[in-house]
Amino acid sequence: MPDLTEKILELVRLTSTDLPPDVEAALRRAVEQEAPGSAARGALETIIQNVELSRRNSTPICQDTGTPIFYVYYPAGWSTRQLRQQIEDAVVQATRKSYLRPNSVDSLNGKNSGNNLGGSHFPSIHFTEVEGDALTIELMLKGGGCENVGAQYSLPFGRTAEPAMQAGRDLAGVRKVVLDAVHQAQGQGCAPGILGVAIGGDRGTGYAASKEVLVRKLDDSNPDPQLDALEKRLTEEANGLDIGPMGFGGKTTVLGTKITHLNRLPASFFVSISYMCWAYRRRKMVVQGDQVHYS
Amino acid sequence: MLSLNMPLSPETIRSLKVGDPVLLSGTMITGRDTVHKWMVDTFIKRTREPQGDDLEVYAAVKPLLEGSVIYHCGPVVSGLDTKQYKFVAAGPTTSIREEPYQGLVMEHFQIRGVIGKGGMGAKTLAACQAVPGVYLHAIGGAASLIAQTVTRVLGVYKYDFGVPEAMWVIEVKDFPVVVTMDSHGGSLHAEVEERSRAALKELLAKA
Repeated sequence: MPDLTEKILELVRLTSTDLPPDVEAALRRAVEQEAPGSAARGALETIIQNVELSRRNSTPICQDTGTPIFYVYYPAGWSTRQLRQQIEDAVVQATRKSYLRPNSVDSLNGKNSGNNLGGSHFPSIHFTEVEGDALTIELMLKGGGCENVGAQYSLPFGRTAEPAMQAGRDLAGVRKVVLDAVHQAQGQGCAPGILGVAIGGDRGTGYAASKEVLVRKLDDSNPDPQLDALEKRLTEEANGLDIGPMGFGGKTTVLGTKITHLNRLPASFFVSISYMCWAYRRRKMVVQGDQVHYS
Repeated sequence: MLSLNMPLSPETIRSLKVGDPVLLSGTMITGRDTVHKWMVDTFIKRTREPQGDDLEVYAAVKPLLEGSVIYHCGPVVSGLDTKQYKFVAAGPTTSIREEPYQGLVMEHFQIRGVIGKGGMGAKTLAACQAVPGVYLHAIGGAASLIAQTVTRVLGVYKYDFGVPEAMWVIEVKDFPVVVTMDSHGGSLHAEVEERSRAALKELLAKA
């Protein structure tokens, strides 16, 4: 098995410092939506300048380099134990090179490990065996500010203070709680955000799926026409809330919505929402033979 | 655009209104979750005895904070091995987590400016009126850009809190912020919350 540590280090550098083209394009379109001279437009212009500067200088787009979440799709015969070791080594080196902030904190004594390692869940690595001979690693860096505004609803759901909020166990109910989550988040999660939504599952699998669905491209379509329509409607309606970039008010509150669904128990109907900040850092590497391709 | 030097006088603070863009220069200190809880527990509510270098750090940061600014930021810093510190990425963190502490900390240390993102609540707004002080919004995620306004790292306290949670004393030049909570009770965040609540109510009424 080859040693991919250096290649994974490059994946981390790329992810932390170079925003993917689809996200940057969406941000550039958003600038044009906001009124000249408005705080919203100013915020987006600053964001674009920062994206350009980070790419040029190879410095982190955001100082919160978040939880490194790796999705590894490996052909039969690869050792996940060795891959984990290589990923961990790459993460330690990336921290030393200031591509990552030391972000792994012991929850009991508050001590920061200093190298982004800690227990078996930091960094977070998901392994899936796949057919064929190509190894694919997707990396997502998800910051704490946006992670904190994620939400999980157990349907039916209502709010006593808001009688109009009555969400039942159907897509109409899903729509209502997702809009509620966007309202609750305000600008706290670094709007304009991207919504990852999982319908169903249990509390654990629902949240996990709501993150995994965020690997989709911003400009793709959901193969399920019902969900595709709901994704587009939610994006449009969330943008009508006038929360705007950074919560300054404005037309761009979310850049996109991605929905997935999981089977559920008869008793449970969860809607799990992961909010991704505008600094939507996700990159991919594909290893085939001695070729490595990044995108 | 207004250019201001820290420390800030009460008159300067009172002249600031929600929506004013400001370029800040001078010395400020970073402080976030661990720092705010430590300050309140150890020196304000005194539910915890000072230990280790607590008293020395208190004596050192008190004069630096008086009339100046605290920045909710956990930076990426290079030169950790050699102590030749340099800020590489240094955008704001979400401020609302300090809401239980911020007003008390502002009043105790006479802090006149809080920089962060996402805004804060009623307790902090009341402290802004009393001290007086302002909440200054930086652009979340604009970390490389903001790091370029940090001209020098003058020192660090409570390094054992970890790099993101330590108190970094920094000198900045033309650090860009917008006033989103002022000393007259104005809050952009309260306005946007209210407006978006009304918009949500209309959307919920639709099928």
